Amino acid sequence: MSAAAALPQIGCADAPVLRERGQREVFCGLTGIVWLHRKIQDAFFLVVGSRTCAHLLQSAAGVMIFAEPRFATAIIDERDLAGLADCNAELDRVVTRLLERRPDIRMLFLVGSCPSEVIKLDLSRAAQRLSQRFLPQVRVLNYSGSGIETTFTQGEDACLASLVPEMPAEPGAARSLLVVGALAEVVEDQFLRIFAALGVGPVRFLPSRRAAELPAVGPGTRFLLAQPFLGDTARALEARGATRIAAPFPLGVEGTTAWLTAAAEVWGTPPARIAEATSSAATRASAAVGRIRERLAGKSIFFFPDSQLEVPLARFLSRELGMRLTEVGTPYLHRQHLAEELALLPEGTMLSEGQHVDRQLDRCRALRPDITVCGLGLANPLEAEGLTTKWSIELVFTPIQGYDQAADLAELFARPLLRRAKLAV
Amino acid sequence: MQLALWTYEGPPHIGAMRVATAMDGVHYVLHAPQGDTYADLLFTMIERRAKRPPVTYTTFQARDLGGDTANLFRESVLDAYERFRPQAMLVGASCTAELIQDDPGGLAKTLGLPIPVVPLELPAYQRKENWGASETFYQLVRACAGPHVPKPGTVRAKGATPRCNILGPTALGFRHRDDVPEVERLLAALGIETHVIAPMGATPADLATLGEADFNVVLYPEVAGQAAAWLRRSFGQPCTTVVPIGVGATRDFVQEVAKLAGVPATTAEGALRLPWYSRSVDSTYLTGKRVFIFGDATHAIAAARVAQEEMGFNVVGLGSYSREFGREIRAAAALHGVEPLITDDYLEVEAQIASLQPELVLGTQMERHVAKRLGIPCTVISAPVHVQDFPARHSPQMGIEGANVLFDTWVHPLMMGLEEHLLGMFREDFEFNDGVQPSHLGHGSKKDLGAPSQSGREAAPAAQPMPVPAAETPHSAAGALSLSWGHDAEKELKKIPFFVRGKARRNTERFAQERGIGTITIETLYDAKAHFSR
Repeated sequence: MSAAAALPQIGCADAPVLRERGQREVFCGLTGIVWLHRKIQDAFFLVVGSRTCAHLLQSAAGVMIFAEPRFATAIIDERDLAGLADCNAELDRVVTRLLERRPDIRMLFLVGSCPSEVIKLDLSRAAQRLSQRFLPQVRVLNYSGSGIETTFTQGEDACLASLVPEMPAEPGAARSLLVVGALAEVVEDQFLRIFAALGVGPVRFLPSRRAAELPAVGPGTRFLLAQPFLGDTARALEARGATRIAAPFPLGVEGTTAWLTAAAEVWGTPPARIAEATSSAATRASAAVGRIRERLAGKSIFFFPDSQLEVPLARFLSRELGMRLTEVGTPYLHRQHLAEELALLPEGTMLSEGQHVDRQLDRCRALRPDITVCGLGLANPLEAEGLTTKWSIELVFTPIQGYDQAADLAELFARPLLRRAKLAV
Repeated sequence: MQLALWTYEGPPHIGAMRVATAMDGVHYVLHAPQGDTYADLLFTMIERRAKRPPVTYTTFQARDLGGDTANLFRESVLDAYERFRPQAMLVGASCTAELIQDDPGGLAKTLGLPIPVVPLELPAYQRKENWGASETFYQLVRACAGPHVPKPGTVRAKGATPRCNILGPTALGFRHRDDVPEVERLLAALGIETHVIAPMGATPADLATLGEADFNVVLYPEVAGQAAAWLRRSFGQPCTTVVPIGVGATRDFVQEVAKLAGVPATTAEGALRLPWYSRSVDSTYLTGKRVFIFGDATHAIAAARVAQEEMGFNVVGLGSYSREFGREIRAAAALHGVEPLITDDYLEVEAQIASLQPELVLGTQMERHVAKRLGIPCTVISAPVHVQDFPARHSPQMGIEGANVLFDTWVHPLMMGLEEHLLGMFREDFEFNDGVQPSHLGHGSKKDLGAPSQSGREAAPAAQPMPVPAAETPHSAAGALSLSWGHDAEKELKKIPFFVRGKARRNTERFAQERGIGTITIETLYDAKAHFSR
């Protein structure tokens, strides 16, 4: 760790990373269902797993009262554990019952879990079999959201990667831009307007709002990742001939400008036009962020690993808000996709990958950062110890990308401090 | 495989966590895959605890499966012991770890820790949360109090003041926090001392002294029944059988406890308001309201008695997901003359509610989903519950104040009397109509305000997130095959207040079918009304 501080370098591109193993206080990939089911409106997520999986989902999402929930669990019981052939027949029965109840479903995801992976239940074959039976009304796909294979947002990666083979082929080599990663609808619309001004297009989004409207992909497709946790999806798109446009992620003014510019340059948009298309939004956003900077500059921040958004967030908070980074933890560090981000991190930033939660808590308590970004399992206990926290899951549920959300993103970090200062009891 | 949209109980290791988290000085090492730490949130967020649950997870990943997961478990136990220094330790497996069969109990034993280590065998593919809590509490009580069991034939010495234990309250229990002081108040009024409250707030050292009390008060049989039975066998301690939820049950409980303690029964009922509120004329309109009840066995059975005897409702359905208490549920259902529904299948409960068309649902968080879909008022009486049912204010279900709380919370979602009358008389008001929620609940739908509800649809108060299959229930849809409603009859049906309209529709269709009537006319409607008049 101290070696990291001693190395003279610009950015953190080659900085050593503390790799730890031990208890990991993170979600499994099933949690992705909580936002994906809102994004793809006619899809249904059927987890094949245990009561634990069902309990996780309802504990996370069950506070909303659903007239018609769009996710469920096929709970494996003893009889299923006795023999696999039986398991497949059971799955067919459950899916049939579900589809009878919900004739409006157009896409069904069979989502693998730890139990289904450990007993090696072949959900991809089951998905093929069921697809044959229910097409054209319902397409059945599968991905794994198990804890043993995926951490939190990697569930979205696995889901989107399963969609890639289903995307229609782009006829010819026509150039198109694909924006990858679930974004808030308002953010999508903003980006569409800016891309139009930049002369970049046609622009499509993965995932699409409806299952039937999957974007086309082909050798002419250039894609921009809107989220940093999409390793498998990117690989699947590349396998279909698409090319990734390397860029930092669209968080904050700087990140958004760099992200948009990376695409515009591929389209050959002249610098003057890029400046024209982005400057007014960028100026407005900078001013808004600047007002919050007063409240955050100089404050220290500590990231527990959670979503892989940690590195881009740390970059934004240090460069645009003047915060001091202590430790930046991430569940998984995708060096290639984060290369542009790492180069922008202040040198000497302590990066950690993986987790030993008790030791990390010890480090956090010793540092006593002004803000600790952590999951909900740690947030209230740390608050009770007098540390101000920002619960990290909210960063996945909130529109934070793009110019007009930059100040909102900063505000998310300023709010817990403001609240602590405000409360007199 | 079971299709579960919602599950009433978590897996059994959650029950074990509820016991461990409720206690002090206990640590639980759970062999579980990465991600199962979500369970911490139940305690830190839903119950808003300020400490991490005393649980260490091994959080193995796929790459560990090729290696030595047993060693990973051993190291986790040693680490946890060194770091937390508990008085006793629980070790066990979650559902996935059960499949890889590392035998946590055996592994922990070989480590030779200087404290009691209790291995938990919780079959995750057969059993559920409450069973897990019950088994964990039982095993802990045996491990801690077991060494103090007197020789058979020992006569227990009576102390000067009668003493009892209060057994059952756990972490994440529905209103356990507030039930305990209510019950302590009832006991104090009788001059009975509380010896140990467990598992909530107890240490393993406290459990070791459980045998020193004269008898046990079992507040939640789902959690403490098994431990209490063992204490009766081992220490000769009798235990209570009445759960003091509701006025009648509280009085019965006081009688029972007084008898066990050998003291005269007295209750201070000065603060008891339910009986008068329920007798006051404002409550007359509650008479015969048709209510469906579902929850854990303890709360459902208690609620049925309160509904029938203390609120004047009609219990039209009673059920529970507590299979272990099937006998008790069936007995209670027989008492109310309804079919018992013993199931953990949410869809079955939904179908039952749809076919009964009650005017009020008393259930769990899950019944709130059904009630929203069917547009029926609903109140929560039992776990599973979400964060809003761990309130800051004192809100017991048990004892004197508990009865007051029940009255308020059950009546609240119903339409108030005056509004109900006026809606029955004038159906086309632009502000107060069927399509909107009772006005005391605040937000009627904006769309409906200003445009009379000409559709007269079955009330569905909240915005629907996506196209919902027609409001017809499977039953009415099936019945509609050979039946049709005449236009006039359909219009007349809409003049029936919305909360009984579903029932009226169902009855009329049944009436018509039984008589082979193909098209329902206004006449049929009123014939059926006269036939079924309640």
